[in-house]
Amino acid sequence: MYGNDFGTDAEPLNAAEGGALDDVLQSATERRTTPGSFDDLIAREQRIEPRDDMPDDYRKTLIRQIAQHAHSEIIGMQPEGNWISRAPSLRRKAILMAKVQDEAGHGLYLYSAAETLGVDRSELLDKLHSGRQKYSSIFNYPTATWADVGAIGWLVDGAAIMNQVPLCRCSYGPYARAMIRVCKEESFHQRQGFEILWTLARGTDDQKAMAQDAADRWWWPALMMFGPPDTGEAAKGGGHTEQSMAWGIKRFSNDDLRQKFIDMTVPQAQKLGLTLPDPDLRWNEERGHWDFGAIDWDELWRVIKGDGPMNAARIAHRVTAHDDGAWVREAATAYAEKSAARTKGAVA
Amino acid sequence: MSEGALYEVFVRPKRGLSHVHVGSLHAPDATMALRNARDLYTRRQEGVSVWVVAADDITASSPDEKDSFFDPAADKVYRHPTFYDVPEDVEYL
Repeated sequence: MYGNDFGTDAEPLNAAEGGALDDVLQSATERRTTPGSFDDLIAREQRIEPRDDMPDDYRKTLIRQIAQHAHSEIIGMQPEGNWISRAPSLRRKAILMAKVQDEAGHGLYLYSAAETLGVDRSELLDKLHSGRQKYSSIFNYPTATWADVGAIGWLVDGAAIMNQVPLCRCSYGPYARAMIRVCKEESFHQRQGFEILWTLARGTDDQKAMAQDAADRWWWPALMMFGPPDTGEAAKGGGHTEQSMAWGIKRFSNDDLRQKFIDMTVPQAQKLGLTLPDPDLRWNEERGHWDFGAIDWDELWRVIKGDGPMNAARIAHRVTAHDDGAWVREAATAYAEKSAARTKGAVA
Repeated sequence: MSEGALYEVFVRPKRGLSHVHVGSLHAPDATMALRNARDLYTRRQEGVSVWVVAADDITASSPDEKDSFFDPAADKVYRHPTFYDVPEDVEYL
C-alpha cells in the first residue's frame, strides 16, 4: 500500500512462518529480559538487522508490508506507462520514462529488502500474480487523460511520500535504508506532477477542465491510500497499526498521516486554482487543521477485494509482461552457463 | 531459480570514500549483475565505482555468537587513549 499495511493475505507467507505459537512463547519470554535482545533493541530505538533474532510475527508483518509495497511500485508503472507513447512533448516523455523507471527501481530496492527476511523474490511475484498478495488499491483506477499523469504525481506520490518518510526510521534496517533511497527520488515525482497540472491550469479552458477533472477523480482515492480510520466501525477491516507502532515499523497512525496530507495539499490546490471535490472541506481554526467530509470506505474495500475498474487488467498485464520476458531470462541464464563452462574448460 | 543468483552491490559514492553496501539484485552472472547494478543503484550519479559480490561467497559472523565473538575486545580498555592518567598540563599528548 505504498508503505501502508492493511488487509489480510490468504495464507502464511511461506512454510517457514507457519510455526506454532508454543515455539514462540518461550523465546518471547526470554527476549524480554536479555540485553541486546529484540525487545531491548526495539525499546532503545536501535535497528533490527537481517540475521538478528526476531519474533515470527514481526518477520511476517514486515514481509507482508514490504512485499505489498514492492508490488505497488511495479504495478504503479502501468497507469503512467499508459501515457509514455502519448506524452505531449519530448520533454514530458523523457521525464515520464525516467519516473516509470524509478518506480521499477523502487520495486527492486524493496524486493531486495524483503529477501533479507528469508523469502524468495520469485515466491513474492507468484503471490502477486495469483492475487494472494495485494498492492495499493490506488492503481486500480484508470488514467483517462494526460492530466491524470499530473494528478498521480501530485496526489498519489504526495500521499506516498507522507507514508514513506516515517518509514525511513522504521525499526528494520534494510527496509529503512531502502526507503531513504526511495524518498530521495519521490520528490522529483511529486514536483513533476504538480508542474504538469500547473501548466494545464494556466492553459486553455479545455486544459483547465482536464486538470480539474483529474483532481476530482483522484482526490478521494488518494485519501484512501492511508488506509482505514484508526477508530470507529470502518477500522474493523484488519488494520495492523497498533502492533506495527509498538514494533517501530509504523510511526504515525493512518488518520494522523491523512490529516497531514490534507493540510499540506489544500493550499497547493488553491495555488493551482483547482477545487477539491469535498463540500465539507473547511479550515478549522480551533483544531488548526482542515476538516473534511466522510470517506466512502465501502469503495476502498470493494476495490481491495478486486472490484475496482482496473484490478483484472493490472494483473493480466503484469502476468503477460512476466511471461513475455521469460525468454530473456532463459537466454541470459543459458549464456551465463555457457560462459562459465567455457572458462572452466580453458582452465582444465 | 529463474532470476539468477543473488549479488550484493557496493558503490563508491566519490573518490576518497570506500565502497558502501547499497542493496542486492539477481542476475545470471557477475557481468550482468554489474550492468544491472549500474541501472538500479546509480541512476543519479550516485557512484564512481561499483562492486558486485555473489551473496553465497560472503562469509559473515553470526549474530547468535555476537557476544562471544566480540567479547575479547570488551575488557581491554587500555587500548583506548582515555585509559591513561597523565598530568593535565602536558601538551600535545
